[in-house]
Amino acid sequence: MIEVRWHGRGGQGAVTSVELLAVSAIAAGKYAQGFPSFGPERRGAPVAAFTRIDDKKINVRSGIYKPDVVLVLDSSLIGLVNVTEGLKPDGKLIVNTHKTPEEIRKALNYTGTLAIVDGTGIARKEMGVPIANTTMIGALLKVIGVMELDAMKDAIEHRFGRIAQKNLNAMKRAYDEIKIYN
Amino acid sequence: MGKRIGMEVAIAVAEAVGLCDIDMAAVYPITPQSHIAEHLSDLVANGEIDAEFVTVESEHSAMSAVIGASGAGARAFTATSSQGLMLMHELLPIASAMRLPICMAIANRAVSGPLNILNDHTDIMPQRDCGWIALFVENGQEAIDLSIQAFKIAEHKDVMLPVCVNIDGFQLTHMVEPFEMPSKEEVDKFLPPFVPHATLHPAKPVTMGAFAMSDYFTEIMKAKDEALKSSKKVILEVWDEWAKLFGRSYKPVETYKADDADVLMLTMGSMGETAQMAIDELRAKGVKAGLVKLRMWRPFPFEEIKAAIKNAKKLIVTDRAITFGGPGGPVFAEIKSAMCTETQRPLIYNYIYGLGGRDVPVGDFVGMFEKVLADTENKAVGTYEFWGVRE
Repeated sequence: MIEVRWHGRGGQGAVTSVELLAVSAIAAGKYAQGFPSFGPERRGAPVAAFTRIDDKKINVRSGIYKPDVVLVLDSSLIGLVNVTEGLKPDGKLIVNTHKTPEEIRKALNYTGTLAIVDGTGIARKEMGVPIANTTMIGALLKVIGVMELDAMKDAIEHRFGRIAQKNLNAMKRAYDEIKIYN
Repeated sequence: MGKRIGMEVAIAVAEAVGLCDIDMAAVYPITPQSHIAEHLSDLVANGEIDAEFVTVESEHSAMSAVIGASGAGARAFTATSSQGLMLMHELLPIASAMRLPICMAIANRAVSGPLNILNDHTDIMPQRDCGWIALFVENGQEAIDLSIQAFKIAEHKDVMLPVCVNIDGFQLTHMVEPFEMPSKEEVDKFLPPFVPHATLHPAKPVTMGAFAMSDYFTEIMKAKDEALKSSKKVILEVWDEWAKLFGRSYKPVETYKADDADVLMLTMGSMGETAQMAIDELRAKGVKAGLVKLRMWRPFPFEEIKAAIKNAKKLIVTDRAITFGGPGGPVFAEIKSAMCTETQRPLIYNYIYGLGGRDVPVGDFVGMFEKVLADTENKAVGTYEFWGVRE
């Protein structure tokens, strides 16, 4: 089983992303859970959302405390939220940022696997908006590899209709452009 | 059998209810039930289901509206949570006394105060003695299945009682997870049209919810008790039929590795599957642990519970509510009363946990077993403890 914790801000679409990812993983024959951090949420405030994906039925329903992967949708959270908390020693940290890996490592005092892509820049170019939640699904799938990028197509089309293709393009670019530093 | 799909459970419950040819729904939105209300009103507004969605100004009105509609012969649905259920309370015994087959989804949530929106069972427990059939589910599939079954159970001529399906708020309602959604054709085959026993109609006047003084009141209470007790037979028949049609079987009490267990845990609701993982961990360490899951809260399945737990040495009853100043958790009290006349029974312990959304990871369940097994002098038998409380 792979467990992912997403960090974003209310309104950036972390919850939408975990939903789309879970729906798509299930449609691809996997078992998955997607859920928000339970409770009240406010636009702009730090939020977390969670994904579990496995090849067999998932029984656990408690929170995720030791994620395999942490995905930071908004790098301005670094320093505000302890984004690497509980990340497994062999875990992977994915950050949406235009900064260098050295800058991120230094800010977080982090030496583990780091994957970086300028998701917001891609979203701006491909969709005209700085909303990187679907873009970063592409980045995540490159890092965790559990399913093909194409598996996202139906859920994205269902959710976004006429702007679906732009989301898919952005997702593909993040998939292609993300760089992984071990 | 359907294909596995992924969807948020609250939305799926509304979809499932939408397959049941309801005539009306009156639902007042409240977290964490709101997605049920919103999606059901979408289904009606979009013309996907032919039903009346009555917008009401409170849960008291929602329950009043479904009582009126059900009395008029409509298949009626509502849903609520926490304070909303507390506000409905006054009307719940009236719905059951009038023998109205109303179905209600409850997204279980802590009751105030202090204000809390997260999951526990403190909302349903105060409704225990209102004469409703009360069932619990532990995952999205069960939430969907029981939401459909509820109508068939409620409307059976030998039952004619309201049914509530308890679906843990957030842990279940806000989870996107896989399940099979029955098709409309399958539900039509399973659920016949509602034929009311009597209806309110000007052309044929009847009295419902009449006045009864001491000359009749006791007899009516006894009749209600008999009706609720005998509903179990119908529920079992409905579950048998469901298993034949959909391949998923339901029992009043489910067990997991319980047959040869020395020490058992009892859960109700969404904690069951997480507790199951603790059982696997303990079994791997050589501890003969097992799990008993209570699905049917009312009518209470005395025989099935006795059969499931009598051979164990120790039993840990878990509760997500407390009866203040009383015997501990309400489930604990029930299990103790069920077993007090049995010569062969386990030593019973009670942990109250997961209140107001407090997370209970696998390790906590393991910890409960370890603590009970370490009580070799049986000092804590029959007592209750707030698990993980800071003092």
